Order: sequence, then C-alpha cells, then structure tokens
Amino acid sequence: MTDEGPEQDGAAARRHRRTAGRRGGPAGAGWGTLALALPAWLVLGVFFLLPLVLMLGVSGAERGVYGGLRPIADLAAYLRSGAFLASYRQSLQALYLGIAWRSLWMAALTTGLCLAIGFPAAYALALHAPRRRRGLLLGLVVVPLWTSFLIRTYAWMFILRSEGLLNHLLLSTGLASRPLPMLYTGAAVIVGLVYGELPFMILPLYAALERLDRTLLEAAADLGAGRAAVVRRVTVPLALPGLVAGVVLVFVPSLGQFVVSDLLGGAHTMLLGNLIQNQFAVARNQPFGAALAFELTAAVLLLLGAAGAAGAARATGAAGQAATEASASGQPPRGWELL
Amino acid sequence: MTHGPRPPHPPRWPRAVLATHTAAVYLFLYLPIAVLVAFSFNRARQTAAWEGFTLSWYGEMLRDERLLGAVRNSLLIAALATALATVIGTMAALAFAPAGSRPPRGHRPTEVLLLLPVILPEVVLGAALLTLFGAWRMRLSLATVLVAHVVFSISYVALVVRARLAGLDPALAEAARDLGAGGWEVFRRVTLPLALPGIAAGALLVFTLSIDDYVVTSFVAGVGATTLPLHIYSLLKAGVTPEINAVSTALLAVTVALIAVAHRLLRHEPGSAG
Repeated sequence: MTDEGPEQDGAAARRHRRTAGRRGGPAGAGWGTLALALPAWLVLGVFFLLPLVLMLGVSGAERGVYGGLRPIADLAAYLRSGAFLASYRQSLQALYLGIAWRSLWMAALTTGLCLAIGFPAAYALALHAPRRRRGLLLGLVVVPLWTSFLIRTYAWMFILRSEGLLNHLLLSTGLASRPLPMLYTGAAVIVGLVYGELPFMILPLYAALERLDRTLLEAAADLGAGRAAVVRRVTVPLALPGLVAGVVLVFVPSLGQFVVSDLLGGAHTMLLGNLIQNQFAVARNQPFGAALAFELTAAVLLLLGAAGAAGAARATGAAGQAATEASASGQPPRGWELL
Repeated sequence: MTHGPRPPHPPRWPRAVLATHTAAVYLFLYLPIAVLVAFSFNRARQTAAWEGFTLSWYGEMLRDERLLGAVRNSLLIAALATALATVIGTMAALAFAPAGSRPPRGHRPTEVLLLLPVILPEVVLGAALLTLFGAWRMRLSLATVLVAHVVFSISYVALVVRARLAGLDPALAEAARDLGAGGWEVFRRVTLPLALPGIAAGALLVFTLSIDDYVVTSFVAGVGATTLPLHIYSLLKAGVTPEINAVSTALLAVTVALIAVAHRLLRHEPGSAG
C-alpha cells in the first residue's frame, strides 16, 4: 500500500521516494523491511533448520556399536543398497506400530472428550453468560494455561496415587476396601491429557461462537427447527472454524506428548513421544529416534494440511483464514489476547 | 421484530443443564490446583489424611539448595531468552507485517519459518537440537538450554507482535509520513509505541514458556544445568512429597501475581482493541 506509489499525490509521494532512496525504514513495506527478519533467519537457520536437516541425515544412518553413528565408507553404495531406510523399516515393526496406534487413539480420545466437555461450556460462555461476566469467566479458562504444566500434571498424581486423595476418600467412606490402582494407568493419562488440553478447545470454540450471528439462530427457530436441529444445522457449521482450530490445538500436542504419559502412565502407556525420547536419552539409537521424529512430524503436517483444507473448503475468506491462523499460531498468543 | 406464535428467543439448550455443566468444568479445572495448595499446609508426610496445619514444607523448600539453584538457573535462562527473543521476534514481525499495511512481497518464507517451531512437536525440536549439539561436539550446558529457549521463543513473540501490528490502522503511519516523519521516526514515535502492548505480551508469554519448559530442556540440558522444571520432574519421578506441594503453591502464587500485573498493564494501555 505504501510502497512504490509515484502516482500518489504530491508531497507524500516525493518524500516517500526520498526516504526510499536512502533506506527502507522499518515502517515502510518493501524488500528493505524484509532485512529486519535477518536475525530471525540466522538464529532459526542455524539452530532450527540445520538441526532438522542433520537429523534427517542421522535418520538415514546406522547406529554404531557404542551408540554413535557407524561411519559410511561408500555413500553411493550405501544409498543404492537402501540401507538408509532401515530405521524407517524398523518403525513398521508390530511393537512400534502398536505404540503409534496407541498414540493416535489416545490423542483422538482426548480430542473427543475435550470437544464433548468443551463445546457446551464454550456455548454457555458465549451465548448465555452475562456480557459483563464473560471476561472474567474466560480469564478463568486461560489462567491454568499460564500455570506450570508439570504442576498441573502432578496434581493428578497427588489425587490418583494409591495413598492419594481419591483413594483416601474412597477408603474412609467405605466405598472401597483397599486402594484402587488409578495412577499409572491409561485412564490416568487420558484424564491428565484432557485436563491439560481442555482450555485449548474451549478458547477457539468460544471465539467462534461469540462472533456467531444470533439472528440466524432465531431465524432457524422461527422456521420451525427444533433445538437439536438448530445446533446441528446452524450452530455447529457456523462454529466450524473454531471447532477445527480446537481439534488441531488439542490433537497435535496430545500426539507428541511424553510428559503426561511418563508421569501418569505405566509401562503399557508408552506413546510415540516417549519412544522418541527414549531413543535419544536411554537406548542411544539416534537413527531410529530421528526416523520416528520425522514420522511424527509428517503426521502433524498432514493433519494441519487436512485441517486447513477443511477450514478453507468450509468457510471462504475471513472465517477460513481465522481458522488456519488460529490453528497455526498456537494457542498461547490467542489465549493472551483473550486474557 | 414481529414474532408469530413461537417464543421470542432462539431455542436454547436448557440453561440449568448448561450452567451446571459449565460449573463442573470450572470445578474440574480448579479443584486439582486447590487440592495441591491446601495440602501444602498439611502436616502428614505420607498420606492424604489431614493431620493439621503446618508451614514446615515451605521452610524445607527454602532450605533446599538444589531447588534454589534450579530456580536461579531458570530465572537466568528465562530473562536472557526473553530479552533475545523479544528483540529478534519483534524485528521479524515488523519485517512481514509493517503496521497495519499489507505484508511485503516475499514474506511467505519468513512466515513459514516462524510458524514451524510452533507447529512441530516439542520432542522433535529437542531431538533435532540434541543432534546438532552432538554433531558439533558441544558440551551440554546452560548455554545450550538458552539457545533452545531462544529458538522456540522467537516465533511466539513474532506471532503475538504481528497480530498486534495487523490490527493497527495504516493511516497512522501514513499520516506521520505526510507530516514529514522519516522512516525511523515513524517507527520510533508511531509504530513502536502502538506495538508496545503486543511486544510486552509476547515477552511475558515467552518468559512463562521458558520458565515452564520441560520437554525441549530435558534434551539439551547437561549436568549442572538443572532448571526448575527439570528439578521438579526429578522430584516427581522419585515420589510424591509434601515439599513438592509447597513448591507448586509458591510457583502458582508467582504466576497469578504475574498475570494480575500483566492484566493491569494491558488494561491501562490506551486504544486497546479489547
């Protein structure tokens, strides 16, 4: 808008040419301003892109005897032999496919539960709560996100363990005769995941529902739609960008999770995140860990692509844009705006 | 508005049901935290039975040298990472979203570059950085932790500041230019003050992200570079003790205080698009 406009009238254009002649100032839009991104490119280039490229290379290498990488004598022969795919092939073994499958369905279950719990809550906040109280109520959804994730997970350890609060209550009221094993189970992991991710579902849903044109709901009702029909055929479709954003924001972190499953889960709840972490920290099988990391990344990118497509196909223009932006930018910034 | 025989309101889900559900959601969100806080004052060491009020866990916490060292490390890392990431991230945001106007041509790669660290699972970032430090034979230390935190923080600052800049009226910068301000002057006297709440918000956000980060840090922290989350994690793996409740409560108190301050700052900021 402000760049190269010689046909703009008079003084502004002249001055613009003059300043542009010196150096594109930070406030002007043009190639010059892109130089401002140089430090970010430097840091992220060296410490983000380069590591990813290196890791891609590592994923194609072979594990050495002492946990390092085995040197490759003849690269051409190595590539021709297809040995560089060994780690990826390894990840297709039944044991690892089982872990991947478990990660997928646990993330899906978490997302489903968050949606089932979060949608009615977001609906109530956006459409029923008194306007004056909405800020406070929404703030109360955001606050947990600012508190330590570890501590929120620990709270459930404290509640669910054998000597924990819940078992104490069950025993002292006579509802149980001996402590129930609740911690270190798959259910505990699901509870922890839902607890940690729920705000990420409520916030985008709220944002979408709050913008919703209420007269449309009234119109649908006037035209004879029942309660369920209005929700199914008007509210949900209109809130879809927020729904897609919420699903992405919950599903993606759940898929790569390893803290919750490590702290609340047991031996049978190992997820992809734990497996990757294990290869680097314990098993010292970097090629395999690297291959798994790229498979996880591919899954996440596929999912985001699908979500973007769903959002774009659904709502053209602003709504779709908002959905992809919300899903792409991660929740904290959004949560901040809402706070 | 004229209505037929139908009620004047859209059909709504029974308010009572929804209100109860929402109340239950808040209970679910806050009860575990409340329990932690309450039991940090419980005298019992092993059980969840209430055995009387005590502050001794807080005393134990304040005498725990390793914990205090971890807190110092975390504060140092968070402060440095926030400072570096705020400058770099704000510059990047200005590069591809100059105050309210259209992003310049060629901004797309920068946009993708800044989004990727946010999108990628943290495990992947941690593993990739470990690979790099391994390849360079760098000793893992607080410095490697700092690098990792700066990497994931830049994106968050850039995204928050960009959102702020996008909401600004381009006419303001144009008006300043029409009144004779040069590029630097427009930036310093118009764009920067207007973007400041976004910059502050971004800085605060990455400060809390840095203080709280476990996943990436666990990959790149070496011996002697224990941060608070790493220390807490090792305590959790070793078993639940009342001291952890005290640490949690103290941390929660600090967080809530920070939020309150931030809330005030943002509220008093003029021309906020609230």
